[in-house]
Amino acid sequence: MKRLLTAAVAVLALGSGTAEAAEGAALPDHSWSFEGIFGTFERHEVQRGFQVYREVCSACHGLRLVAFRDLEALGYDEDALKALAAEYTFRDGPDDQGEMYERPGTPADYFPSPFPNAKAAAASNNGAAPPDLSLIAKARKGGPSYVRALLTGYEDPPADVKLPEGASYNRYFPGHQIAMPPPLSADAVDYADGTPATVEQMATDVAAFLMWTAEPNLEERKAMGIKVLIFLLVFTGVLYAAKRKIWADLH
Amino acid sequence: MSEFKSNNAVIKWIEYRMPIFSFLDHAIGRGYPTPRNLNYWWNFGSLAGVALVIMIATGIVLAMQYTAHVDLAFDSVERIMRDVNYGWLLRYIHTNGGSFFFIVVYVHIFRGLYYGSYKEPRELLWILGVAILLLMMATAFMGYVLPWGQMSFWAATVITNLFSAVPVFGNEIVTWLWGGFSVDNPTLNRFFALHYLLPFIIVGVVVLHIWALHRFGSNNPVGIDAKGPQDKIPFHPYYTIKDAFGFGVFFVAFAAVVFYAPNMFGEPDNYIPADRLSTPAHIVPEWYFLPYYAILRAVPDKLLGVIAMFGSVCVLFVLPWIDRSPVRSARFRPIYKQFFWIFLADCIVLGYIGANPPEGMFLIVGRIATAYYFLHFVIMFFLSYVERPRPLPSSISEPVLKGGGATAGAAAKPMEKA
Repeated sequence: MKRLLTAAVAVLALGSGTAEAAEGAALPDHSWSFEGIFGTFERHEVQRGFQVYREVCSACHGLRLVAFRDLEALGYDEDALKALAAEYTFRDGPDDQGEMYERPGTPADYFPSPFPNAKAAAASNNGAAPPDLSLIAKARKGGPSYVRALLTGYEDPPADVKLPEGASYNRYFPGHQIAMPPPLSADAVDYADGTPATVEQMATDVAAFLMWTAEPNLEERKAMGIKVLIFLLVFTGVLYAAKRKIWADLH
Repeated sequence: MSEFKSNNAVIKWIEYRMPIFSFLDHAIGRGYPTPRNLNYWWNFGSLAGVALVIMIATGIVLAMQYTAHVDLAFDSVERIMRDVNYGWLLRYIHTNGGSFFFIVVYVHIFRGLYYGSYKEPRELLWILGVAILLLMMATAFMGYVLPWGQMSFWAATVITNLFSAVPVFGNEIVTWLWGGFSVDNPTLNRFFALHYLLPFIIVGVVVLHIWALHRFGSNNPVGIDAKGPQDKIPFHPYYTIKDAFGFGVFFVAFAAVVFYAPNMFGEPDNYIPADRLSTPAHIVPEWYFLPYYAILRAVPDKLLGVIAMFGSVCVLFVLPWIDRSPVRSARFRPIYKQFFWIFLADCIVLGYIGANPPEGMFLIVGRIATAYYFLHFVIMFFLSYVERPRPLPSSISEPVLKGGGATAGAAAKPMEKA
């Protein structure tokens, strides 16, 4: 039995061995509220992160897989979401006359992307299209910790590094040359709950928010996992006892 | 181990017209005599069956929500993850189920290698198993392409391009596989169709695999044939309950990953929609293909690399004729046992190399490990003639562990109880 477990661990270790050597600097440790078996999103943190996204990131980055209605999970009520959605204008149609028209957003609409297409996005951003952020926390090694590190990782380039026009130096970005200028500066947003808006605070908040956009069912998944595992452990124990009893006459 | 009997009128009525109950009784019931000494490594065959059922069940439901089109596939998977009721659960079960299927099947294969389960008269059983492995690899590869993320697209591009190494017709074959001049919508469509089809072909080959198994029954840890009824016990209830306990342990491990580390086996790049203009820095296959990938890249010539990669699996087809030792179980083959563990370590090293870029030390180690992989089979051939096996016990039920087999059985001994 012990050998069986050892083999299983070895096989699992083989799986995790696929991770490549990081090209950026090692990510600083941060303990997230959504880590671990009982992890949940910290509502105030994620709401602050949403504010950072809306007021800073959304100028260049889309969130096309997230609908306004989804934000209900973060503690916004229906009226607040209707008001929020209505701040955006959507082109819809054709109507009965065959005309396209503009209308205010509803909770069923998805966050509009800031550029009509990737070419336009690249043209307005020094040739590098800003990626959509819906899944960014799952689409980068290190996940939310990487997002947080990247946003706080801007620094002056070492003397021997010559950056191309418009590029910045970032400790954690693979290759260190990043097209995105430092997006956050102290007090870039004004938090309603009075939290001081330091760069690190905003980076942490928005990274938590982006983890939620990438994995909106995380809380449900973890809560269900506990029940499933408890059931399976008890049930497997019963099966083991039954096995011992049935085999008793053979040994 | 008597004939099937029932007092239930309905069962008797059906049994008379279609003897399905006696069939089942002979397949997995009291009417199937099984060696009494099977250890827990023998659980992995039925576990593979469970994994196959899980994959088909979740896969069919996912297919109801998935859209096989290059513009829609990625978003349809995200819709499953976000809006379909329990879609995230189904998809995480399906993606991780692939990994667990391979874990279970690899353990099953190495168990067969250790205990000589491929030897006479079970050669055909083994060959059918290797065929299942090949079908699984094709199915897994095509399934990985369906979400149409960056790794999906580039894995499809790299793997289909391997066929361009075929002399003369290489490029024509690749164009034919793609249904066009690059990996595109026709490729995705046919991969979806085949990904849906192949699991049912696997089911068919599994039926043949079990059919062949039942001809002579399971091999066993001492690898000798049963000498009489005292060496065997009925499959039910002894192995049904032992397998059921194994299912429980499997489900605990599976649930732990599905609920708490669902992206552990995946590549982050596959959460980026496919983009033919941007090649990922490192194109890596899923972990279960890494050893083959290492072999492919270890060989400097493209065609020979492809041949080596496919050869690394296909050599298993002829293994029953490479290993000529009449003794099945490695417990009684002191030298083979050492080489078995070296071979297992070699496969793990190849997996590690496959995950890393083919340069510097990785390339050198990869080449040595690749050479050793094939050398192992040469060694097995000559070992058959050189090795002097330990004396075999006279029967399965004889308490062999008290006698000469004490050292050989030491490692496996604790597992036999439980």
